[in-house]
Amino acid sequence: MKLDIILCGVGGQGILSIATIIGDAAMAQGLYIKQAEVHGMSQRGGDVHSDLRISSQPIASDLIAKGQADVIISLEPMEALRYLPMLSLDGWIITAAAPFVNIPDYPDMKEIDSQLAQLSQVIRIDVTAIAKEHQIPRCTNIILLGAAQEALGMDYTQLEMSIRTIFARKGESVVAMNLRALALGREYAKHHQTRK
Amino acid sequence: MSQNQTKKILVLGNEAAALGAIHAGISGVYAYPGTPSTEVTEYIQGHPLAARRQIKSTWCTNEKTAMETALGLSYTGKRALVVMKHVGLNVAADAFVNSAMTGANGGLVVMVCDDPSMHSSQNEQDSRFYSKFAMVPTVEPSSQQEAYDIIKHAFDLSERVGLPVLLRMTTRLAHSRAAITTSDVRDENDFHFPENPQQWILLPAISRKRYKKLVDLQFELGIESRKSLFNQYINGSDKHMGVIACGIAYNYLMESYPDGCPYPVYKISQYPLDRTVLATMTSEVDKVLVLEDGQPFVEEQLVGIMDTPITVLGRLTGTLPRTGELTPDNVLAAFGLETAPHLDEASHIANRPPALCTGCGHFDMYSDLNEVLTQYPSAKVFSDIGCYTLGALPPLRAIDSCVDMGASITMARGAADGGLHPSVAVIGDSTFTHSGMTGLLDAINVNANMTVIISDNLTTAMTGGQPSAGTNKFEAICQGLGLDAAHLHVVVPLPKNREEIKRIMKQEIDYHGLSVIIPRRECIQQLVRNKKQQPTTKNQ
Repeated sequence: MKLDIILCGVGGQGILSIATIIGDAAMAQGLYIKQAEVHGMSQRGGDVHSDLRISSQPIASDLIAKGQADVIISLEPMEALRYLPMLSLDGWIITAAAPFVNIPDYPDMKEIDSQLAQLSQVIRIDVTAIAKEHQIPRCTNIILLGAAQEALGMDYTQLEMSIRTIFARKGESVVAMNLRALALGREYAKHHQTRK
Repeated sequence: MSQNQTKKILVLGNEAAALGAIHAGISGVYAYPGTPSTEVTEYIQGHPLAARRQIKSTWCTNEKTAMETALGLSYTGKRALVVMKHVGLNVAADAFVNSAMTGANGGLVVMVCDDPSMHSSQNEQDSRFYSKFAMVPTVEPSSQQEAYDIIKHAFDLSERVGLPVLLRMTTRLAHSRAAITTSDVRDENDFHFPENPQQWILLPAISRKRYKKLVDLQFELGIESRKSLFNQYINGSDKHMGVIACGIAYNYLMESYPDGCPYPVYKISQYPLDRTVLATMTSEVDKVLVLEDGQPFVEEQLVGIMDTPITVLGRLTGTLPRTGELTPDNVLAAFGLETAPHLDEASHIANRPPALCTGCGHFDMYSDLNEVLTQYPSAKVFSDIGCYTLGALPPLRAIDSCVDMGASITMARGAADGGLHPSVAVIGDSTFTHSGMTGLLDAINVNANMTVIISDNLTTAMTGGQPSAGTNKFEAICQGLGLDAAHLHVVVPLPKNREEIKRIMKQEIDYHGLSVIIPRRECIQQLVRNKKQQPTTKNQ
């Protein structure tokens, strides 16, 4: 198997913690992984992405080639579209619905929404609203991960185990909140995916 | 006594090299933070074995002090690692080039992270030119595992040939994670003096002898490259073309040919270039494609300036882009292979450049300065390297230059000499101690008509909040350099102090001579990090 994932968003949104959990889950299953990250200047509110590659065979390139990404997971809708040429023709986009506007020329949201709507396999999820409703405001990225679980084809129990491992040092209540977030994301995705 | 511990861990390329260095028995790492190199030192600082062994790892003031300190450690027979970003090597160049003249006693590895595509840098210079210039060996890993293995090899090589070894890494490997398997952990070296103490005194008479020896050593270094397990000649059935793949380029080659490359391949991870293997390849094939991240270093050496009997393809021929990093896509294209079918770029995608954080003290400082300077249409602001370089972007558009570490003060002084007024320098606290102090001394000595703003956020912010060497010392440093205390001001850049700050800025710009204003307020990011750390400290 091979699974090429582009994680993207705005510097500071926390895409790397999603990557850490997926990476841990893949490692636990004895798979190969390579994960290229962005450090430095862009982390100051610029666009950031991470190429996460998982395979049952050794992986050569640290970067994903055009048209090869199986899933784009984005914490921001315009950022999801930025990497469109990377997506495989039967790939999935899982994106947070709410825009992060920190630039003066952010495009009209109608444009962004309509472009996303034209794609065949998209899940748009308002992670901020869900997090707020369930009083887990700091777990938006894990809600997004939950929504991506099926598209990723990753074992749900394994993701839960990785969440336990990674958040363990932050205490049981943080672990519980993130497990809840994962479940909420998955539940949403079951009922709201577009597949043409 | 060495201990065996083999396990698989997921690490960045930088961390793999850092761990390799610890396991190679280093006694110290010396560095100034700079993307993409920072994680090497941070990893060593946080590693339990490094703590147990009391490996020296405090950040240095700049790359030159780091390089020289490492050379001193090597003098005592201990193994030393120096780490920097590519442009840092310009700062350390005097020490680096001359360390090839003194040679190394304990293994000395100079790890330099290049940044092709300039993700976080002002140029994309290729450090391999420096090691060729200094005539020392270079190693260039292609993967995280190789980064771990090759740095251990580099320390052994350094001791075997008695020279520093440059380890070159590029951004993509530095900042990409993969699992590695660790191997033997070596002890630190015992204290021992160099065999030939004279060699370390670079007086002309000694230097001339030593230089001859260094030149003679080059033959041996070529043999080392030929024997190196990190260089590999892999024969291929299709002799139309041979491929030379340096460092991480090898991965993109393998990505292009998942079932194996049909052409003969020379994978290079150690330099100087071994002529013998290159000659074998060129005698067998019609043309050679050179894949290398950064500048056309190998390609230029193969081509020379005269016609060559063999066609060499690469960045100079446009087969690969002349600038920017290698990607799986541009390597595929170099082979004439098709990329997978994909969608076009989306429309309506706006650029999202990095920006100063909300609540950043630099922002207040620039806002105040901008307002004051509206009264002086000829004003120019010479800025420097750090978060505050982002003051160039809208809405601030507050600066007119950013060149290299420290250039704000010296350029402002040169411009003041040329008659510019107001000539303003804006420099951060860490950059000031890195390379601004000497320039300030020059300016003070001639009482240059300029205003220096040391925007002090109490940390090295851009690289993630490392301690800043001059914290709590800036007033003393400026006065110690001879600044008139009447023209030294410390302010707190907050909106509520705006009128006071503007008044001081105007007053000092109008003063005919040198003034220093220090707006001081802790970095917002650092404030958050400190808050996060506090409960953890309590728990321990």
